[in-house]
Amino acid sequence: MVEFTLWDILRNLLLAARWTLVLSLVAFVGGSVVGLGLLVLRLTGRYGADRLVAAYVQLFQGTPLLMQLFLLYFGLALAGLNTSAWIAAAVALTLYASAYLTEIWRGCVAAIPRGQWEASASLALSFGQQFRYVILPQARRIAIAPTVGFLVQVVKATALASVIGFVELTKAGGLIANVSYEPLLTYGCVALLYFAICFPISQVARLLERTQR
Amino acid sequence: MSATHRTAAPPEPHTQVGAPILRITALRKSYGTHAVLKGIDLDVARGEVVAIIGKSGSGKSTLLRCINGLEVFQEGSLIVDGRHLLRDNPKAMRELRQGVGMIFQSFNLFPHLTVGQNVMLAPQLVKKRARQQNAERARALLARVGLAEKFDAMPDKLSGGQQQRVAIARALAMDPAIMLCDEITSALDPELVGEVLRVVESLADEGMTLLMVTHEMSFARKVADRVIFMHQGLVHEMGPPETIFGAPRTPELRQFLGLMEGSAA
Repeated sequence: MVEFTLWDILRNLLLAARWTLVLSLVAFVGGSVVGLGLLVLRLTGRYGADRLVAAYVQLFQGTPLLMQLFLLYFGLALAGLNTSAWIAAAVALTLYASAYLTEIWRGCVAAIPRGQWEASASLALSFGQQFRYVILPQARRIAIAPTVGFLVQVVKATALASVIGFVELTKAGGLIANVSYEPLLTYGCVALLYFAICFPISQVARLLERTQR
Repeated sequence: MSATHRTAAPPEPHTQVGAPILRITALRKSYGTHAVLKGIDLDVARGEVVAIIGKSGSGKSTLLRCINGLEVFQEGSLIVDGRHLLRDNPKAMRELRQGVGMIFQSFNLFPHLTVGQNVMLAPQLVKKRARQQNAERARALLARVGLAEKFDAMPDKLSGGQQQRVAIARALAMDPAIMLCDEITSALDPELVGEVLRVVESLADEGMTLLMVTHEMSFARKVADRVIFMHQGLVHEMGPPETIFGAPRTPELRQFLGLMEGSAA
């Protein structure tokens, strides 16, 4: 029987943690892009788009991420699309993040006084110009702290990707625990690694929140 | 009704000589079942200074906000400087708004931009004015409202009166043909009202077409060519300030003026 040293466990977990980071980053960046698009769609409110986006947000906020992952993974396969666990996890987390981010940012935009829209509209700025040059810079300032805070949620949410077989930190922890017969030590290390990723992020969020005032 | 004693010579008139710069016809607006404007007809001549007075809820601010499309109206037509207000055509709206400046009760300066950037933003984006020229113009306009030294200041470092004067400079930077003032001194401390009104008066003297909703009766009396008294969504009484304030015909106007006198005392 192979003996697992602490270093063996930690080394393998660190290797797997890269995938947690990559998946988090993809979900966050993808979610930001999609979320911003949805926000603009919702603000212009054309063709009932605002209601559609609101329904989208409700759908993703009202169902467990685990179900979203399952549905996407097996659903896409059923539709004949050959997806890997990696693609399914990236897409599911992107959609999940976009729903939350668009809702967070909508609140930030709503916090900007109406008069700012009216003043910029009166100066003949187009909707895009109003949003980009007047509203966005002000909303961004309010949005930074809750957005970075949400990033922590995304990092932890990537753990669920393990259920569809994507080998990230949690999945690797499970595999190592099985072969090493050291579940407590292994999962302890897994938890510590998540903490090592999330703690600096939430510190940054707190710092930003303070400088914002 | 026309203001022949003013030397109105704006660049490139879009309308025939003598045609009204603003023509409102049978304008009606309601919020749901609640009618706010019940059929307004109003012509304003180039260079004319019109003061709109009336109780809160009489529809005077709503009327003003209809003129640059901040409020949607259900019936009637509105022509500014030869352009029809077409609410569903964003491009036409932007063109119309270039000719209509607006100053708000709450200033609405952009807090993330310096005073100078506030004034330069719209000409840069909308008129594509060259940077150098835009900056010179902004400095000139700020000097004009007495704030030349505040070019690099942030708006929140300014007093209310100064902020409102920046807002005036910002509106002027777009070279509007008509300026709408929506209770622009109502949010100011009493000692700051004078500095803003002096700037508005200088605009009137230079021939700017002005439409102002105001509670400053003495100012309206002094500067306006015509005063409009609105009551329950209609133009109730209209005339030169001497008549409106000196010989009000309707009991509603008499009562309103009595109230204003009472609150001033």
